Amino acid sequence: MNATISFDSVLHVVLALVGVAVFVGLNGLLLVYAERKVAGFIQRRPGPYEVGPQGILQAVADALKLIGKQLVRPDRADPLLFWMAPVLAFFPVLLLFLPIPFSPLLTGWDVNLGLLLILAFAGFNVLALLLAGWGSNNKYGLLGAARAVAQSVAYEIPLLLAVLAIAFQEGTLSLTAIVGGQGGMPWQWNIVVQPLAFLIFFVSALGETNRAPFDLPEAESELTAGFHTEYSGMGFGMFFLAEYANMIVACSVCTVLFLGGWKGPFLDGAWWFLAKVYGLLLSMMWFRWTYPRVRFDQLLNLNWRWLLPLGVLNLLATAFVMKL
Amino acid sequence: MASIFRTLADLWSLVVGLGITGKQFCKPGVTVHYPRAEVTPEAAASFRGPIELIGLDKDPAKPKCIACMLCVSACPSNCIAVTRAPTPKPTPEELKAMAEAEARGEKPKKPAPPKAPGTWTYDFSLCSLCGSCVEVCPVDSIGFSRDIYMVGTKREDFVFDQLARLARKAAARKAVPKAEAKAAPEAAPPPAPASSESGAPGTATPASEA
Repeated sequence: MNATISFDSVLHVVLALVGVAVFVGLNGLLLVYAERKVAGFIQRRPGPYEVGPQGILQAVADALKLIGKQLVRPDRADPLLFWMAPVLAFFPVLLLFLPIPFSPLLTGWDVNLGLLLILAFAGFNVLALLLAGWGSNNKYGLLGAARAVAQSVAYEIPLLLAVLAIAFQEGTLSLTAIVGGQGGMPWQWNIVVQPLAFLIFFVSALGETNRAPFDLPEAESELTAGFHTEYSGMGFGMFFLAEYANMIVACSVCTVLFLGGWKGPFLDGAWWFLAKVYGLLLSMMWFRWTYPRVRFDQLLNLNWRWLLPLGVLNLLATAFVMKL
Repeated sequence: MASIFRTLADLWSLVVGLGITGKQFCKPGVTVHYPRAEVTPEAAASFRGPIELIGLDKDPAKPKCIACMLCVSACPSNCIAVTRAPTPKPTPEELKAMAEAEARGEKPKKPAPPKAPGTWTYDFSLCSLCGSCVEVCPVDSIGFSRDIYMVGTKREDFVFDQLARLARKAAARKAVPKAEAKAAPEAAPPPAPASSESGAPGTATPASEA
């Protein structure tokens, strides 16, 4: 890692963080709207329709409502933990965007351990969910938090194994270098060489980001809202933004590792990267409105009995082939 | 080992599921943007409005109902009240025939009560539209109306005398073809579902009718 800390590099990182914050905020609005529209269309409803033409201002109106709301803390909830949790859920996510190469020029901070940075700071989210559930002094919150921890810890392992397979193959942990190792044409992407790793990564990413069908930490039907039961206003808004930001990070990393990053058949650039990321996000929404939520034992069975052995086998096979 | 292969084969169902939702995604929506768009008879076809009596094919003003009271006992909210039509008073000839029969020692043949309702009251304010009466009716005399524009300002507005309603509706249906022949089509009321799906329940103009 580049150890010289100059004013320029700090400025660069600060600017990148500001840019990322804007990107995350705008994408939060966009994705909420997209998610609700996708849900509507899949169920043959119009989705948001009334605020603005075709309802495009609905997400803005919702955001303003959330910002305008009073912050309420339940009686006898731990004030420090209760308010720390949403902050801790949201701000580390911004850091995850720094090493992501949107294009060769558009990279917040090109570190050679970018993958490690993302995996390390992604763990903060679990802690935030745990604090939220514990701090809100609510049984549903606590149950949701316990589920979140069990789930995230479990799904982190196959995720790592899938990532490791690519890292073995490319011999680097730098995201830019991993994109550099792939070509522009779809058959030159890593997904062709490592389809199993892609599958494991994507399923684990759904588990890590608590998306349906693995959204047990906030299972409405049994836990009201899980860990964020007691949060309203911007406390809830932060969790919400963090969830969408985490989805974007997961899809971005997936794009970098498996789908050739910013490279495309013609005119390489950030547009290819964004197109692939939004394609993956769209399929995540598609999954959410297609599959029913799994049971907790099914969730863990899938992980320990399928993803984990397959991930290990895939990693061993990759190592073997690379050694040859 | 076999279970592993079965699980892998079952994974195909995930793709099938995605295919179904994907297909629905591409189809146009079915929501009717009501105040802005008119509710078409096709869109209202599955609407469960307050129940209503269905008339005989020959005489639409008379219900098919045989006053068996099954709907009254099937209704979980007791919103249906039916009474049988009164037994008609015997005519002098019949009285004479009965007296003669009695004199001969035979059992006199009394006139049977007609198999028709005398009153048929329905309280929509209690009804949960469960459809038990529709299901249980042996002569298919009860159906859901499609009165999507029904409004009222007091409780009594929702207590219907179904026999009178059926008669009104039959009269209105009889009047509509004549009126349409005379007047221009714009003179007809805007919902005007009476022209389509003739014979189906609830096709008369609802708001004015109820």
